Amino acid sequence: MRVDRGLNFLRILLLASLVAPSIASAQTYPTRQDPRSNLKPGRHDAGTAFLGMRLVSNTHKPPELDSTRGLTFANSDIAFGTHYAYQGNFAGFTIWDITDPAKPVVASVVKCTTSQGDPSIVGNLLFISAEGAGNRNDCGSQGVQDPKDHMAGVRIFDVSNAKAPKLVKNVQTCKGSHTHTVVPSKKDPNIIYIYVSGQSNARPETELAGCKNGTDPDDPTNSLYMLDIIKVELDHPERAVVIPGARIFSGLDVDATCKQFCAPTDPRRPAGRGGRRVPGDTAAEPLHTGPRNCHDVTAYPALNLLAAACSTHSILVDISNPEKPFRIDALTDENNYQGRHTAAFSNDGTKMMQTDEWGGGTGPMCQESSMIELGGNTVITLDAKKKQTQRAYFKLPSAQSAEENCVAHNGGIIPVPGRDLYVQAWYQGGINVMDFTDPDKAIEIAYFDRGSIDPPALVDVPSAAAEAALAASGGRSRNTIGGSWGAYYWNGMVYSSEIDRGLDIVELTPTAQLSANEIAAAKLVVLTDYNPQSQPQITWPPAFVVVRSYYDQLVRGKGLAADRLSAIATALDAAEMKSGAARASALNALARQVDGDVKGATDSARVRTMASEIRRLATASK
Amino acid sequence: MKVQRSILAVVLVSLLAGTSSVASAQDSGHSMHGMHMPEIVIPAGAGYTKADVEFMQGMIAHHAQAIVMARLAESNGANPQVLKLSRKIDQSQVPEIQIMQEWLRQYKQFAPDTSSWQHMTMTGMLTTAQLKELEVSKGVEFDRAFLKYMIMHHEGALKMVDDLFASPMAGQEVDVSVFANDVVTAQTGEIGIMRRLLAQLPPK
Repeated sequence: MRVDRGLNFLRILLLASLVAPSIASAQTYPTRQDPRSNLKPGRHDAGTAFLGMRLVSNTHKPPELDSTRGLTFANSDIAFGTHYAYQGNFAGFTIWDITDPAKPVVASVVKCTTSQGDPSIVGNLLFISAEGAGNRNDCGSQGVQDPKDHMAGVRIFDVSNAKAPKLVKNVQTCKGSHTHTVVPSKKDPNIIYIYVSGQSNARPETELAGCKNGTDPDDPTNSLYMLDIIKVELDHPERAVVIPGARIFSGLDVDATCKQFCAPTDPRRPAGRGGRRVPGDTAAEPLHTGPRNCHDVTAYPALNLLAAACSTHSILVDISNPEKPFRIDALTDENNYQGRHTAAFSNDGTKMMQTDEWGGGTGPMCQESSMIELGGNTVITLDAKKKQTQRAYFKLPSAQSAEENCVAHNGGIIPVPGRDLYVQAWYQGGINVMDFTDPDKAIEIAYFDRGSIDPPALVDVPSAAAEAALAASGGRSRNTIGGSWGAYYWNGMVYSSEIDRGLDIVELTPTAQLSANEIAAAKLVVLTDYNPQSQPQITWPPAFVVVRSYYDQLVRGKGLAADRLSAIATALDAAEMKSGAARASALNALARQVDGDVKGATDSARVRTMASEIRRLATASK
Repeated sequence: MKVQRSILAVVLVSLLAGTSSVASAQDSGHSMHGMHMPEIVIPAGAGYTKADVEFMQGMIAHHAQAIVMARLAESNGANPQVLKLSRKIDQSQVPEIQIMQEWLRQYKQFAPDTSSWQHMTMTGMLTTAQLKELEVSKGVEFDRAFLKYMIMHHEGALKMVDDLFASPMAGQEVDVSVFANDVVTAQTGEIGIMRRLLAQLPPK
């Protein structure tokens, strides 16, 4: 009993000192009134809360990778190819046959200790990120005694037989690979580039030739301050090589906001090369304030752009020549949002959604008392010159418990025409869908969440049951790390890699904020493969559901007068009853009417797009 | 249960006592003053080393002192950016201490509590005199001292990670590896922010 009272007292004390009253964000602190708060804990029987989503299936981890011991067997990211989902794990990977999303079937499980195991699939080749100091060339789990056995970089597996993947090559890099990104060659379909983001320090030269830690971003021999690049010939993956990386971090340490008391340039360094010496700083080395690596970089090859989420900075990179990427713009914001993690572009490339993995994903950063300005998302817009501007900020609007590791993590675009929708994982905060069509006002339109995996370890209710729970937990002060690592839309469903609970497949369901037409239009987008960090440009086939998606958006947003909308709906229904030339003629007539609606409409751009979609449908109907 | 109870008692005492009792600190090393640290025994076949255990134990003390420093910001009139940064450090490092304690308990190793900063001296930690200076500084002088010392403190944490990975077979256990890299990511970014904030302070 004394334990419980003490804990209660501790919690009050911590809360009193943690609550932060001032926020530079319109968002208010989440309350525990949200349906996602206070859900029943449980690994496989937790309480659930849904909005605009339904769970199609949850398939537990295969036994080979099923353990709750720390992160050793944590599931990581997913990649998608044909009818397979490739799910990474810190101890290997699973290939799921997802032909029937209601019943995924294991095609194979490969045991290969590889933290953190983020995968990408290109044709028959599966690429896996290896960063941990204990990863071995031979995939063993016994740790590295001799540095020549150490594997840090990208593993390449041949998965042409999904039932029997074969390790083809381990490509070693200086910083290892926390994540990686596929960038296709512009010229040669047989060539791809793997951009590698490593979080570690460089390995010693004695372990891997040419590797060197350094403090100068401009030093060409410094292995830090560089985005590493691997070149792969798809028909000869065994020839994959590291080519010179991109120095996208140079010159970011000059303090642009320093107006009053700018520190002099370090006398040991030539002017204009950064490295300002700050008064009072005792470090012997020249000082740098900019980032030296990224967490993730997201390529949008169709637009020659790369969004790099790099610690304090959002860096936009031109990848027209994938062997020579260069920085276009860098943005920082020190008031909110400090550990930039992942970005995704809107389909038109004018906006980005970017996440902040405050604390690295293992901490409970979505509590009622957690700082709201950290651990969420921000929307960034790109102007015509590709200059970035930080706009809306969004954090999970639900207070999660102290038992749930929670922060913004990985996600991807949901291809609904006319809107910018992003589905995202928040670890044990669940998954949600955000609409960032208006870059100044991101809103949540759907979610799925479970209660914590474990019951509270630090019980604060004095009761016999609580005492028993504490004893049963072995006196734990911290719970199992779990929740969704990444959630992505792929050919009609949302796939979520649950760190501890396996693979979740979720379907969007209609709500006032997302119509059946919009969901059906998204389902028209069928991709042959999908690596979320290499973003495809989405196009929609001409279809009634595409037209009606715009229509539904005009109704929802009151973008056009109600009587006109009603008339358009009637005309669309009538056209759909016809076929061939008659349908085309009816649609063309409707398109002309809708042209006339553009001028008086509140949302004239959307009306104009709807007219053009009606015309496209007319052309396809002939 | 017994362990929990005693740790909690010390947590409360240390938080309430604030900075009243501070051991003298050194520039580097892993030393204890007046605190019984059980000898570290690594079982055969363990996937971790003595250096891992020492790192986790030492970083608890290191983090605990950072939290004490951060909690001075509000009462000592820190500017809004410094206050926000101090809250971030506080809220980031409390759960990290839990991660380290849980890791140590999982492997049945001794898990120091949050008063351990008074007895253990790790690289970059403040001396009694430095902490006293921070305690009595107000306003912009606090900001200057806080940023200077927290940069030093963070650089010490980075050094601890470097030392960990330089030890044979250390930093290979997955949770230690992930945690140590998370420390590098978070604290490298914060050092950059603190250097900028320091450069923005008005002249003395």
